[in-house]
Amino acid sequence: MALRRKSKQFRWHRKHLLGLRELSAEEITYILDTAKGFEQISTRSVKKAPPLRGKVVVNLFFEDSTRTRNSFALAASRLSADIIEFTKKVSSVSKGETLLDTAKNLEAMGIDIVVIRHNAGGAPKFLSRNINACVVNAGDGFCEHPTQGLLDVYTIRKIKGSLEGLKIAIVGDIAHSRVARSCLWAMTKLGAEVIFVGPPTLMPTQVGRLPVSVSYSLDEVIEKVDVINMLRIQFERLGGNPFPSVREYSHYFGLTAERMKRAKPDILVMHPGPINRGLEIESEVADGANSVILEQVKNGMAVRMAVLFLVNQAAAQKN
Amino acid sequence: MSTELLIKNGRVIDPANGIDKKCDLLIVDGLIAELGKIEKSAQNVIDATGKLVTPGLIDIHVHFREPGDEEEETIASGSAAAVAAGFTSVVCMPNTNPPIENETDVEYIHRKGRQARKTHVYTMGVITKKREGVELAEMGFMAEAGAVGFTDDGNGVQNPAVMLRALKYAAMFDVVIAQHCQDDNFAGQGVMNAGLHSTILGLPGADALAEEAMLWRDIQLVKKTNVRYHAQHISTAGAVELIRAARKDSLPITCEVTPHHLLLTEDCCAEVDTNYKVNPPLRTAKDIEALKEAIAEGLIDALATDHAPHLQSEKELEFLTAPFGIASLECALGLYVKALVEPGILDWPGLIKLMTEKPAKIIGVDKGTLGKGKQGDVTIINPNAEYEIDVNKFRSKSRNCPYNGWKVTGKVEKTIVGGEIRFGA
Repeated sequence: MALRRKSKQFRWHRKHLLGLRELSAEEITYILDTAKGFEQISTRSVKKAPPLRGKVVVNLFFEDSTRTRNSFALAASRLSADIIEFTKKVSSVSKGETLLDTAKNLEAMGIDIVVIRHNAGGAPKFLSRNINACVVNAGDGFCEHPTQGLLDVYTIRKIKGSLEGLKIAIVGDIAHSRVARSCLWAMTKLGAEVIFVGPPTLMPTQVGRLPVSVSYSLDEVIEKVDVINMLRIQFERLGGNPFPSVREYSHYFGLTAERMKRAKPDILVMHPGPINRGLEIESEVADGANSVILEQVKNGMAVRMAVLFLVNQAAAQKN
Repeated sequence: MSTELLIKNGRVIDPANGIDKKCDLLIVDGLIAELGKIEKSAQNVIDATGKLVTPGLIDIHVHFREPGDEEEETIASGSAAAVAAGFTSVVCMPNTNPPIENETDVEYIHRKGRQARKTHVYTMGVITKKREGVELAEMGFMAEAGAVGFTDDGNGVQNPAVMLRALKYAAMFDVVIAQHCQDDNFAGQGVMNAGLHSTILGLPGADALAEEAMLWRDIQLVKKTNVRYHAQHISTAGAVELIRAARKDSLPITCEVTPHHLLLTEDCCAEVDTNYKVNPPLRTAKDIEALKEAIAEGLIDALATDHAPHLQSEKELEFLTAPFGIASLECALGLYVKALVEPGILDWPGLIKLMTEKPAKIIGVDKGTLGKGKQGDVTIINPNAEYEIDVNKFRSKSRNCPYNGWKVTGKVEKTIVGGEIRFGA
């Protein structure tokens, strides 16, 4: 209750959402509280509210995405914004139109919010320094995917009441996961304890300097945790040969029905999608009673509406 | 009729001859004629009271981008920047487009340097054709044309057998083989130091091991061949350890350090400002400490800028895709003073030695001293003048310099090349 009162006095001032690492617990809680208010819009018969009427949101996606892009588009449209879809394969060299020129051209058309997904960590931050529009990070390289982190903590908070004192395992390819990083920042700021689980070859450099414990054994961790977040093995990003075979990976790090037997009965099973069924998670578990995977997708809508609403409001106050 | 230039009352520092005293210096017909108390008058007199009078500064690692990338820098713009920064000699790296790989290319650099009429412009040639690390380039012809060393800078020579062959072959010519120590298998696609910030940003990191592995390998090759070898821009504590051991074994190995590896750490990359993207990457405070200790110990032979100009439009890219490099030639002296003289690691003669006598030895040119009969290359420095670095005043064509706005001490007042005042007249 005290927290809620505090968050009512709080004023959101950021016109960009670049990552969760730079947010305070108070700011994260404020987004979650704001999202709560938007959740019911999706259940109405008329699924529309007016706060972004007359505003233009561009989905600037340099990487493939289905879920996040559609979720942002739908969130923007429910808030009555106009949406431009801009999809472009990023060029690896400096030839051709640069990110900055692309964004400035779009800005010249009068856009208000850029939702950007890019293969380079830090690209949204770079963009935010160089254009006037609001920038919302929809995933940058292996750096952050803040709305995914937010919807994950939103989902946990909704079911468990709070993240304070929870033990949360994030399992899989940590090194190449922006979801793992955003989740780590949000979860620890809200009082949870995070354990990264995966083979050492999929842990990032100097992982010990992050506020996280590391385990190479899912079997040791499975019994202790309140939430388990299974990451997708991103075959398209794996460089070299970080594990010998899919079979061996699944053996050690797959979330099987057998392993679930040793988990707490009220464990939440999460996955940012898309799922490789039978690889990092068995279908029986993904579709089972502890799974909140589709709940995550649903909550993603509310969280993204809240983020678009807040950055737009902050921009309006600044201008 | 002879031309005379008399520099009066300066603190003359000539490390090669162990000189550090207040006296006068006379240059006649472009050559050092006399050093001491000089009573006679001359056609041209400079009052250097309160100033340092040193051998002309030498930077053995610059990228002037010509031929191929003249929009970033030319030999004319680069040498104008150099002379304004007190340098009377520079060594261009051969990773131009196309690279410097035969005598015609070497002569082209020399000609452009002469035409610019600012500093002496030297060049290294490549070790391997097209810097591909496969076939040896024509080192003999290039050496005869005046190339002062060989390097595939920008790349390290990856294949150990090719590197061994290069060192063996170079034994014919008494030239130095210089290496950008970086094992690409370890470095991967690294764009910053492999560490906390690369992990937080999710950007590929280049591990210190990438530098150390190649340096270790090359030291073994030098043991076999005993050919002069120079490790360019070393940046890690581990590399310092390797150099220390090599020195104990009296191997013919020298090395250089850049200003940025003495002043900046990987923390600077946290905000993905591409002006901090450089190769080898900015390391950690511990590495800086090790480099400074090495300098205090005399393990480091030269200070070199690795001046690497790039257009603003190229640096205005994502950290992942922007090119590597820092343009620091024009503020180099002030940076070295900040890194080394102010904290008491070197005194002025110590600093000047690493910018004159020792780099001249590495590239095997008869420069870097004020001995009688030597070429009249002299730099006059006001050691107490403080100024603010302003990239917009650079003579270099590029502005990719993270030191903009820094206050530094130690300003070049005049640069004299071959007895002619080329800067500060």
